[in-house]
Amino acid sequence: MHLHDVWFILIAVLWIGYFFLEGFDFGIGVLTRLLARDERERRVLINTIGPVWDGNEVWLLTAGGATFAAFPDWYATLFSGFYLPLFAILVCLIIRGVAFEYRAKRDDERWKRAWEQAIFWTSLLPAFLWGVAFANIVHGVDIDRDKEYVGGVLDLLNPHALLGGLLTLTLFTFHGAVFAALKTLGDIRQRARALAQRLGLATAVLAAAFLGWTQADTGNVRSLVALVVAVAALLGALALNRAGREGWAFICSGAVVVAAVAMLFLALYPDVMPSTLDPAWSLTVSNAASSAYTLKIMTWVAAIFTPLVLLYQSWTYWVFRKRIGVQHIPAPAHAPAPVDHEPAPVDPETAPAPADQP
Amino acid sequence: MDLALAPETIARWQFGVTTVYHFLFVPLTISLAAITAGLETAWVRTGKEKYFHATRFWGKLFLINIAMGVVTGIVQEFQFGMNWSDYSRFVGDVFGAPLAMEALIAFFFESTFIGLWIFGWDRLPKKLHCATIWMVALGTVLSAYFILAANSWMQHPVGYRIDPATGKAQLTDIGAVLFQNTALAQFAHTLTAAFLTGGAFVVGIASFHLWRTKRRQGAGKPVDSRTTLAMRTSLRVGLVVAVVAGLGTALSGDTLGKVMFEQQPMKMASAEALWDSQAPAPFSVFAVGDVAKGHNTVAVEIPGLLSFLAHSDFRSEVPGINNLAAAEAARYGGDAQDYLPNVPVTYWGFRWMIGFGMTSFACALAGLWLTRSRRWVAPEMRTAPDEVPRLMLTRTRELGPFLTRWGWRIGILTMGFPLIANSWGWIFTEMGRQPWVVFGLMRTADAVSPGVSTAEQLTTLIGFTLLYAALAVVEVKLLVKYAKAGPVSSERPPEKDPTLRGPSGGDGAAEDADKPLAFAY
Ligand code: HDD
Ligand code: HEM
Ligand code: HEM
Repeated sequence: MHLHDVWFILIAVLWIGYFFLEGFDFGIGVLTRLLARDERERRVLINTIGPVWDGNEVWLLTAGGATFAAFPDWYATLFSGFYLPLFAILVCLIIRGVAFEYRAKRDDERWKRAWEQAIFWTSLLPAFLWGVAFANIVHGVDIDRDKEYVGGVLDLLNPHALLGGLLTLTLFTFHGAVFAALKTLGDIRQRARALAQRLGLATAVLAAAFLGWTQADTGNVRSLVALVVAVAALLGALALNRAGREGWAFICSGAVVVAAVAMLFLALYPDVMPSTLDPAWSLTVSNAASSAYTLKIMTWVAAIFTPLVLLYQSWTYWVFRKRIGVQHIPAPAHAPAPVDHEPAPVDPETAPAPADQP
Repeated sequence: MDLALAPETIARWQFGVTTVYHFLFVPLTISLAAITAGLETAWVRTGKEKYFHATRFWGKLFLINIAMGVVTGIVQEFQFGMNWSDYSRFVGDVFGAPLAMEALIAFFFESTFIGLWIFGWDRLPKKLHCATIWMVALGTVLSAYFILAANSWMQHPVGYRIDPATGKAQLTDIGAVLFQNTALAQFAHTLTAAFLTGGAFVVGIASFHLWRTKRRQGAGKPVDSRTTLAMRTSLRVGLVVAVVAGLGTALSGDTLGKVMFEQQPMKMASAEALWDSQAPAPFSVFAVGDVAKGHNTVAVEIPGLLSFLAHSDFRSEVPGINNLAAAEAARYGGDAQDYLPNVPVTYWGFRWMIGFGMTSFACALAGLWLTRSRRWVAPEMRTAPDEVPRLMLTRTRELGPFLTRWGWRIGILTMGFPLIANSWGWIFTEMGRQPWVVFGLMRTADAVSPGVSTAEQLTTLIGFTLLYAALAVVEVKLLVKYAKAGPVSSERPPEKDPTLRGPSGGDGAAEDADKPLAFAY
């Protein structure tokens, strides 16, 4: 196998890692509106991903950086071509990142409601847009002989791509619901399971439509295998979720994400961005790749550091393995009152207990 | 096309806006991570409550700040592909490598451990918790190193060859790219500047609290001695950091200047508005020039100093702008005028960097003297650790009320100066390299994305600028609010050290099962 094939696989792995992890982050974001009934429940949901979402997002940055290093032309064509959708995704990720961090920083209803709205929309939109982007990558877009994308923004919003977007949105929301059932306690856990069941059925329909279409469009035997795995995993996830085996259900919903993204990459190979104008102008693993020397260096770096990353990220999940419920959510003591006069030293024993309801 | 709307111009504005903005947060992140880590270590080792309060306080400000650093960094990772696709194609083989290493080695590290630190107060044993913030600090420094190695390659390309088949740059020696003297010097200078920034930030906020306490005491209002205790310690920490880092910034800046004289003489000539080669060359303190005619109309100079800065020799020759431009035109073709960077911006950028940054250093030095304690101050003038220190000019003389007031006010103001210095330092570095995006190899005008329309570019330029402006308002408000509120002095360190096995194992865990989280979003 050539090094550029190894790098194609590695980049696929990075995207798979990203969608597996940030997939449930996005799902949780969407569920803050679909599942949570009040502010406490919203906080329970947000705190299930609190310690990990930032690390999950780095999978995207690494996928971007690795594409730059290993396939500069892919990086250049993709991000200058899908310019406005990418801009929308970036704006969402910016707002989403500060929303998590700043939401509880002020004790003010309007402030919190605004950031909660932001969390919902900025999770929903990227979950949809990534599907649109990948559907277009796999199907191919108008790329000219200079490897530049020459189509317009609207060309990216074709039916196949929109269907892809709907699939990623529902799939991630389903994955998020299964994750919520795994990580919460009490009433919300029961409702998460029930909602996951319905979302899983919707995902199954969309997955059959979109993955089937893609398979017919550009598929091959290997991508067919991945498709079958994805469908089997989805059925497994539904059955296990119903049976209340939350851990296994989560593994299965994760496997759906893995297999579906793998299927897209298998359908893509050996192209990295096919041209619909002339197959000769397609970007492929060989004509878009960096030099052998660069790939060799980067292979060493990846071989050493990827396992390390997996190790300490898994450890984080272990440290925060405990389920949380509404009883664990502290009152918003973190937001200081505006101080104009110095508070007298407070004795924690005699101080009035903070209000229960945030 | 009208130059004002040329794709190159818009793309440059966009890069400038997003990167300068990113770099407002980065230096604070780098330094506050380490300062917080130091304070937490002090707490773990001594068990003193003031260190605990200080850790929680600076940690909170650090988190508000890093959130912005992280989200603005995401844009950085992708904008090379968005607006500079021809650049990305040309340099990807070389430039992509450090960028990917940064993500894989530094970003994962930093972002994973920061989650552990924020949420881990009641999950991790003290020592382990303290280790996680050190990991974050290490991650920020590594991140800076890799990105600066990438930037240094644009300033001084090494370890590559031009592939004859494709005409693109190809990496031949990764060691040369990562460890060239430009990268080392830039790293040293940026890192020390970051610590000057963080030190001054701590000084400013601690001064604010101490001065407020002092005024309140004067008015006979109650004060919180625990806040004063934590802030007084913080003040000294900030002063020491700023002084040491300030010295380091000047020394590393001098080294960096020498490297630049050698590698990009045009940048240094324009930083000095030195139009014609001179031996010995003077250092310009103030100048008003005429770019079209290529000379200064007014100039205040220190003879020989520039020669010394360039070559450690007061008499050596330093090449001038006109001579260098002619030489570049002869070498690369075209008109000499094409090789001029924006001289006024580089000239003033250089001065503002040094001026603002060094003012902050001078303030810190003065502060260190004025707030000294113990044997340098007469016994009757000493203050207890939980009192606001007197500003002592000599052993027995305190500053008068007017000067004391201004002493504290300057302490507060000084926190803004290094931020200004950093921004101008980068604007100088990047604009002084023009017209090259990769020095001597690729022009900025050839680097932009050919397929992106002006309308699209304007959309993102305006979009990012507005979004950033809105976020700046939110961020500053939050920082001010939390900074003013001060440490939560009612907060107590956890009574028992958490164990890794968590509430489900261990001793007496059952009653902890429903305990609220120590931190939640
Ligand atoms: C607090 C900030 C600060 C302060 C006080 C200084 N600098 Fe600086 N300087 C920076 C912050 C900075 C910076 C923003 O971090 C830059 C931009 C690029 C870099 O590596 O550091 C920079 C760049 C920079 C460069 C250009 C390097 C290039 O083109 O790549 C030179 C020659 C110097 N500095 C020299 C100095 C000298 C001689 C100083 C004082 C005696 C000095 N700087 C103080
Ligand atoms: C974080 C500190 C940095 C700041 C504040 C900064 C600032 C700027 C500014 C103001 C410009 C516009 C230049 C002009 O208008 O002539 C620019 C351009 C650019 N910088 Fe930087 N830069 C920084 C770091 C970097 C780094 C680390 C890299 C590379 C990894 C980089 C790559 C570029 C590129 C590709 C351009 C566009 C081409 C150009 O106009 O020169 N910058 N930067
Ligand atoms: C133009 C080039 C740059 C790119 C592509 C870039 C990229 C990024 C990205 C993607 C992040 C977010 C990481 C996360 O999610 O955890 C980030 C944060 C960070 N960057 Fe940059 N960056 C650039 C310039 C710089 C420079 C010049 C420095 C330092 C000298 C720097 C230092 C940092 C640090 C320390 C962080 C950690 C978070 C924070 O700063 O608040 N970056 N950067």
